Amino acid sequence: MAYTEQEVLAGLAEIVSEETGLPTDAVVAEKSFTDDLDIDSLSMMTIVTHAEDKFGVRIPDEEVKNLATVGDAVSFITGAQA
Amino acid sequence: MSGLTIRQAAGAEHSRILGIGGVRGENVVTNDDLAGPIDSSDEWIRQRTGIVTRRRAGADVDVLDLSEAAARKAIAAAGLTGGDIDAVLFATTTYFHQTPAAAAVLADRIGATPAAAYDISAACAGYAYGIAQADALVRSGAAQHVLVVGAEKMSDFVDPTDRSISFLLGDGAGAAVVGPSDTPGIGPTIWGSDGGKAPAIRQTHAWSDLREHPELGWPTLRQDGQTVFKWAAFQMAPVAEKALAAAGVTAQDVQAFIPHQANMRIIDQMIKQLGLPESVAVARDIAETGNTSAASIPLATERLLAEGLARSGDLALQIGFGAGLVYAAQVIVLP
Repeated sequence: MAYTEQEVLAGLAEIVSEETGLPTDAVVAEKSFTDDLDIDSLSMMTIVTHAEDKFGVRIPDEEVKNLATVGDAVSFITGAQA
Repeated sequence: MSGLTIRQAAGAEHSRILGIGGVRGENVVTNDDLAGPIDSSDEWIRQRTGIVTRRRAGADVDVLDLSEAAARKAIAAAGLTGGDIDAVLFATTTYFHQTPAAAAVLADRIGATPAAAYDISAACAGYAYGIAQADALVRSGAAQHVLVVGAEKMSDFVDPTDRSISFLLGDGAGAAVVGPSDTPGIGPTIWGSDGGKAPAIRQTHAWSDLREHPELGWPTLRQDGQTVFKWAAFQMAPVAEKALAAAGVTAQDVQAFIPHQANMRIIDQMIKQLGLPESVAVARDIAETGNTSAASIPLATERLLAEGLARSGDLALQIGFGAGLVYAAQVIVLP
């Protein structure tokens, strides 16, 4: 069963919180991973890997640079579900 | 068809590492020394790599010089002399002769002639590949005492303006002598490759490109840092787990974890993935030595032993991984 955008956002917020120590409610769609959440390129790959496992999708390495905001990631993951 | 049968060799029942030794480039290079041309800072480099300094060799020292010093230490630590070595395996990517192999020259320098001698091109996994081969040679009877060297002068391949890999790299050599043992000392090797990711760590251009385009200049290294991080941090832990299982032990049974010293962030993520208990001594030589490719595991091993963080007889999980992409992991008994 596919995850809704809201479910993806909630799950992603947990992953980001686990990696960064930020509260989950700080992880909202319009936030930039780098500028707002201070997530560097290696932490981003950790988040991507955990998101792939959690949502059963593949996020190609070359796609990661296009995921500027939390909302970008939520859209990609939601759309990538089979 | 001849009715004759031939004999096949039979070697020792078990093998182990008998001695280990290492040397680092004599110059200490700080992050501040390198930060300018890459528009970076000490803080940025520490935060993303865990590297505080890296060691680099002087212009008058080459990879053979480094390897010879490490080899002599390892052979002495094993209680042997050069004449006792009957095979030399030289893991390197920074020896500048296509032929002859560095191994034969090293064998001659240390008095190991006429040891079998050949080089291994498996980048940062080269030492672990060498230990796999040495174990097989000793137990097959092809050799009795095998010198495995991982030696690199990575500073010959750096571009000061490259932000991807050059600032990580250091120079050094580590060596181990593998020989017969009464008890098992080298667990089964889990190894492999993924050539589909060959471009992830690469040379800027081939030497042959220089024939028509000399303006390209000396080739240097590049990596796709995010791709390599993801692969190493998350796909190498399962390889290490397989090596533990193949040796018949668990993460709770080893006293030391000695991964290739690529990046402290990779090491930390692997520890998480493996669920290593805090009691396990983790090799973190990268902080002071940098990434020395094939030399990093034996250098880190020697340091753990020298600092008393691990002891002779302890079980260590070691894993090498790098350009190829290639990888190899095994559980060993520390010398």
